[in-house]
Amino acid sequence: MKKTPVAAIVAVAALALLPLVLADNYFLHLLILFLIWVIIGSSWNIMAGYTGQVSFGHAAFFGTGAYTAGLFVMHGGFSAWWGMAFGGVAAMLLGLPFGAICFPLRGAYFALASLALNLILMHLATIAERFTGGMQGIMIMPTFVSKVPYYYITLGMAVATLVVVQSIIRSKWGYYFVSIREDQDAAESLGIDTNRYKNVSLAVSAFFTGTAGALYMNYMGFIDPHVVFSLHDYSVMAILVAIVGGVGTIYGPAVGAFIMVGLQELFRSGFFGLFKYLGDRTGSETFTQAMEVVQHAHVLVFGILVVVVILFLPNGIVGDWGKIRKSVFRSKPAA
Amino acid sequence: MGILLQTIVAGLLKGGLYALIGIGMTLIMGVMGIINLAHGQMMMVAMYIAYVLNTMGVDPYFSLLVAMPTLFLLGVLIQKYLLNPLIKVDTILPENQVLMTVGIGMVLTEVIRFIFKSDYKYVTTSYSSATFFLGGISFNVPLTIAFFIALAFTAAMFWFLIKTDLGRSIRATAQDKDAATLMGINTGRITVVTMGLGAALVAAAGCLLAPVYYIFPDLGGPFTAKAFVITILGGLGSTVGAILGGITLGMAESLGATYLGMEYEDIVGLAIFVAVLLFLPGGFKRLTKV
Amino acid sequence: MAYFKVEKLVKYFGGLAAVNGVSFEVQKGEIFGIIGPNGCGKTTTFNMISGVFPPTSGKVIYQGKEIQGMKSHKICHLGVGRTFQVVKPLGRMSVLDNVTAAAFSRVNTIREAREVAEKTIDFCGLAPVADVLAKALPIAGRKRLEITRAMATRPDLLLLDETAAGLNPTELLEAIELIRKIRGNGTTVIIIEHIMHLIMTLSDRIHAINFGQSVAEGTPKEVAANPQVIEAYLGKDYA
Ligand SMILES: Nc1ncnc2c1ncn2[C@@H]1O[C@H](COP(=O)(O)OP(=O)(O)OP(=O)(O)O)[C@@H](O)[C@H]1O
Ligand SMILES: [Mg+2]
Repeated sequence: MKKTPVAAIVAVAALALLPLVLADNYFLHLLILFLIWVIIGSSWNIMAGYTGQVSFGHAAFFGTGAYTAGLFVMHGGFSAWWGMAFGGVAAMLLGLPFGAICFPLRGAYFALASLALNLILMHLATIAERFTGGMQGIMIMPTFVSKVPYYYITLGMAVATLVVVQSIIRSKWGYYFVSIREDQDAAESLGIDTNRYKNVSLAVSAFFTGTAGALYMNYMGFIDPHVVFSLHDYSVMAILVAIVGGVGTIYGPAVGAFIMVGLQELFRSGFFGLFKYLGDRTGSETFTQAMEVVQHAHVLVFGILVVVVILFLPNGIVGDWGKIRKSVFRSKPAA
Repeated sequence: MGILLQTIVAGLLKGGLYALIGIGMTLIMGVMGIINLAHGQMMMVAMYIAYVLNTMGVDPYFSLLVAMPTLFLLGVLIQKYLLNPLIKVDTILPENQVLMTVGIGMVLTEVIRFIFKSDYKYVTTSYSSATFFLGGISFNVPLTIAFFIALAFTAAMFWFLIKTDLGRSIRATAQDKDAATLMGINTGRITVVTMGLGAALVAAAGCLLAPVYYIFPDLGGPFTAKAFVITILGGLGSTVGAILGGITLGMAESLGATYLGMEYEDIVGLAIFVAVLLFLPGGFKRLTKV
Repeated sequence: MAYFKVEKLVKYFGGLAAVNGVSFEVQKGEIFGIIGPNGCGKTTTFNMISGVFPPTSGKVIYQGKEIQGMKSHKICHLGVGRTFQVVKPLGRMSVLDNVTAAAFSRVNTIREAREVAEKTIDFCGLAPVADVLAKALPIAGRKRLEITRAMATRPDLLLLDETAAGLNPTELLEAIELIRKIRGNGTTVIIIEHIMHLIMTLSDRIHAINFGQSVAEGTPKEVAANPQVIEAYLGKDYA
């Protein structure tokens, strides 16, 4: 398992210097979202991509982290930043008993149960109005006016996540995770306590996802059950981020996060305002209508993307890079 | 006492429909070994077919004749061109077929939203809210009809699985795919037929539900969730279990809504799911062994 | 006190007994062969010993300790290693990584694990393919990887389940040599094999099973002459 590529170091350095050159709020916002997704995608990946335990409900951990931060403010008037310390822990405390129950049941149980956990928490957060604010959600005052501090905090966390994930993967744990993914019976016979290490992997994954949730609460200033426990926007998106980039690779989720956040924004903004611009310029109704269609199409595009990626790039851009290179640069021999 | 009986009757009627939804899901689970997370979305598509036909004056019960073949075809195409090719794909995630069904569910939902927008549609019939009384308990007419049609479909399904060659091949494949292949069963074809059947059954449930339910693109998700609770409750792959599971879920939802409050209706199913996982992993199949 | 023994092992799957009364004792340092026709319960016996599933009844006693019903990974840590008849390579990992994963059962740092793995790979003769992905190995390589991986857990007792099946004559000779070398290292070996020539040359003693029950035991010569064994293998007419 290889050394940190120079490209990764350069990328982080570039990201660190970026706000000095380009302090545009919209741009920073997109980068913050991208970095949050690097964290979530990498977390999902360590459990699903490396350990082979696919979660269909990672929003459960994200939402738990976000609510932990929100509840610090709502009850007792602490700062939401406490969530950064405890959101991950809360998500982990949710994950451990859950894993302890589901992992011994092999097969599809874990995947399905994670989906159920996600739905249960969404309902609970909605029903327990007194405690969580119910459908109203939780609103907090942002700490900073500028986006720059949030940007650096998120960048720091994303880098920390990647560094931790990478060092785990290159240690005994990493070998154990991948062994479990490849063959559980073999892993057991080699002295690997498969249930325990699945739980370790889940704990790491839940921790970072929960921390990302707490960060989200602090940054966005608003959560409600249908935002942070959303199946499509978090659980499915987490899967997409990882598989588009490449499951079971260190940098795959980062690549996936870049593409998915880009795509999401591309559609949300109507091709970055292209349609609006064209509509204003030409005064034609068609463009305005086209923009609406495009804005509503993003879930459709995500759905199609799931289908296409699984069919043609099951190991993602990083994992199938050899295949991509071959088909794109077919004429040239491998360098 | 009256309320309790009333609640149980309502739950039972609903449970009949749930059983129909669950059987389709459990067949797919048994044969393909995957949970179809687009199951509710398929039902939603069938409901829109019933809706469109209804605007043209067709009774929802007759729309069965259109919706079931259409969904059968949809299931066949999905299995043949989207799911079966994945068996040969070498990939890290074993669940990529399930992931695929998630994607398919999203596409179905969004395509329907694209065509019909997000607002609620109703299939209006003269009997939508008709009721009759039996021993002081009210029976919703369309739900009662639905219950008996669902019963008929369930019985037909059993007959098919037990008596016909194709049905036996399906059961053989569900029991042991490799052995079935060795016995000369074309398991690829079996999976295609099974997915078609599962889709047709859930389409039937959709049409039967159409007169008493509001129709909107996002209803697929909750019904997929119900379907998989039923399947887990019944035991993965067990047809008898699916029926028991469907009825249990219907009853539990009904009791939950009456005694806890409407907002608990959905969470009851999930609570059952957790309880099964904790106390009866393997579901009713563990008890009935079929 | 016997080094290793199983007592009246029984295993039911549903209503059918796969193993129905198997007992034997193994001395430290010997190569102990197990033979029997297809489906007689040999692999099932190994599965009970190595903790894949618990026996329905009966005991497994290893170095004076009852280990039946313990989890596989615990049994591995006690010093019982095994191979699988239906090989289970960790497919998307290289041979070296396969063996490194196994080595972590005795050491904690990656450097030590690598070292153990490399030594074991050399010992078992897989060095030329150390960097090959396990799923790309031919069957002989996979069988050998099974042994190598098990050896990297430093077993005191090694269970080999048909590790010579499907090998050509040259590979067979290499396998025999390797198993001898492993025993020479002080490891006790229990070996299941259909290839009579191999099991007869290698084993100190042989135990025969038929229909899930122990039917004979003794030196290779004794067992080969046993009428029940001949019957089990060749049918009644030859007995
Ligand atoms: N997990 C299981 N579940 C149900 N039946 C099983 C299981 N494992 C083995 N069996 C059955 O138990 C019997 C004994 O099988 P086993 O694999 O132990 O035989 P074996 O002696 O190793 O045969 P072979 O020489 O072919 O490897 C067989 O009839 C087999 O079908
Ligand atoms: Mg065997």
